[in-house]
Amino acid sequence: MSWSRLPLGRRLLWVAILGGVLLAFSLALGMCLGSTPAGWRRNLAAFLGRSGPEDILTTIIWRLRGPRVLLAGLVGATLSLGGLVFQALLRNPLADPYILGISGGAAVGAILGLLVGWAPFPGVALLAFLGSMSTLMLVLVITAGESGTRKGSLLLSGVMVNAFCSAVIMFLLSITQDTRLPNILYWLMGDLSMSAPDRATVLLYVLLPCFLVILFLARPLNLLLLGEETAMYLGLNVAAASRLLLLVTSLMVSLVVCQSGLVGFVGLVVPHLFRLLLGPDHRVLIPACLLGGGSYLILCDLLSRVLPSQGEMPVGVVTAMVGAPLFIFLLMRSR
Amino acid sequence: MPPAVWVKHLQVSYGKQPVLRDISFEVPEGAFFIIIGPNSSGKTTLLKAMAGVLKPRQGQVEIWGTSVRQYGRKALAQMVAAVPQRAPSDIQFTVQELVLMGRSPHMGWLGLEKPQDLELAREAMAITDVTHLARRPLQQLSGGELQRVIIARALCQQPRLLLLDEPTAALDPAHQVNIMDLMAQLKAERGLTVVMVSHDLNLAAMYGDQLLLLKEGQRISSGTPKEVLTYEQLEQAYGCALLVDENPLGKVPRVSLVPRRFLHP
Repeated sequence: MSWSRLPLGRRLLWVAILGGVLLAFSLALGMCLGSTPAGWRRNLAAFLGRSGPEDILTTIIWRLRGPRVLLAGLVGATLSLGGLVFQALLRNPLADPYILGISGGAAVGAILGLLVGWAPFPGVALLAFLGSMSTLMLVLVITAGESGTRKGSLLLSGVMVNAFCSAVIMFLLSITQDTRLPNILYWLMGDLSMSAPDRATVLLYVLLPCFLVILFLARPLNLLLLGEETAMYLGLNVAAASRLLLLVTSLMVSLVVCQSGLVGFVGLVVPHLFRLLLGPDHRVLIPACLLGGGSYLILCDLLSRVLPSQGEMPVGVVTAMVGAPLFIFLLMRSR
Repeated sequence: MPPAVWVKHLQVSYGKQPVLRDISFEVPEGAFFIIIGPNSSGKTTLLKAMAGVLKPRQGQVEIWGTSVRQYGRKALAQMVAAVPQRAPSDIQFTVQELVLMGRSPHMGWLGLEKPQDLELAREAMAITDVTHLARRPLQQLSGGELQRVIIARALCQQPRLLLLDEPTAALDPAHQVNIMDLMAQLKAERGLTVVMVSHDLNLAAMYGDQLLLLKEGQRISSGTPKEVLTYEQLEQAYGCALLVDENPLGKVPRVSLVPRRFLHP
């Protein structure tokens, strides 16, 4: 394998170039394709604002598709990064960004908001955020004070809290008989259509510092893969690094969940995909997951908008239908 | 000049179970110090307490005059390297990547290695005889190869004090001699202080300047191999008869197992 022979700088350069090109390509496609077809010259003119301020296509591209593509990119990047961090932190390949009960809590909060009839923003989003934060705190309180076996019980507590939340969700769904049911189900399957320009921008400003923090924790993440004891021998303050990673990751995943619902599969598979392709070094994997995960969700969202002849399908359907076969193919080829 | 390691009235327990009961000793700088004793006598626990990863119930460990728990982890790792007994076997990094991680405590907060880090890693791999494995993933190595790679990582850390937990347990005789000779050489040439846990009494006799014999968390004896490896003290520690005579290679004791049929013919 010649990839692992490349020095780190060279590998990072390749990831930056290929990932950057992929992201630019996805952004361009995502902004120019949709239910309002137009030729590429027309699209380019509208994209650059040459068609005049009143042009309908300019408005669609910059006011409708733009924020949505930005949101999709941010959600994809965040979930991929979240999965990567949790898989390393818990040393468990099945960990995903929702593993610590974030999804269950957010869903309960969001459904309550929708049932009460609040507006998607800020009411439902806020309740979802509060829900995910309270389940997360619950999990952390349950596992506080344990040292050696913390990872096992952290994982189990997360799974249990999530299971309890699922039961609550089922209960709420079973007593809901009216037109709000489709809305709720749609949210549970992941929904990027609720985006508005200002919200995607606010999210960008909150998430970027989180990304940076995790980028600087790449080497500690590598050390954590060696086990806690060895990581300590190599000079890492394991408790502090784990806590910081846990908090930053949970915060950004909660923010994303309350904006877009439960977009499944991205956080589980994108990190594995890149680990298969690029090896275990987090200094390479973090930028790859940010660029690649963002592009992946933008393209999946595009498919979910363009494929159905009418309306849209949930983006979570596309992420799994495209991602699972791709991953299995790569897994078989790597053996 | 304070000693490299100064263990003062150390008590460690797992839950209510005491593992080390009031252990005190000193390791002078530049010594080859070997801890011996039967299974579950607290050897590994003692080593972990010296590396600062276990919190003692009472007493303390001082490294060059400062309590281990007062050092930050990074500052401690710049001076003390440790080779644990078992390494996780599911690591996907290559040998060179793992050895380079030994530079972690010396790296800046960006965590990027410099050319001299790579040079040190190459040197560490050369003296532990793993250069030919540099590109191999760790999962593909044999137990002995993995052990040597982990020693290379510890040497790459450029420690003043090296703690090793049974580093030769998985090695064949040739590599046992190589690793032990390497430790003796580093001690002589660089003034490295080596503290090792070993089950091999003859290795301890031949290489150790000072031995510490433990049983059930208590010190049975400490001193030079000649002072520690006596018939009475070994029988007290291990609860079985062992033959002690002089090693023909040098003036150190030699310990042999005594099968029952030789005791009661």
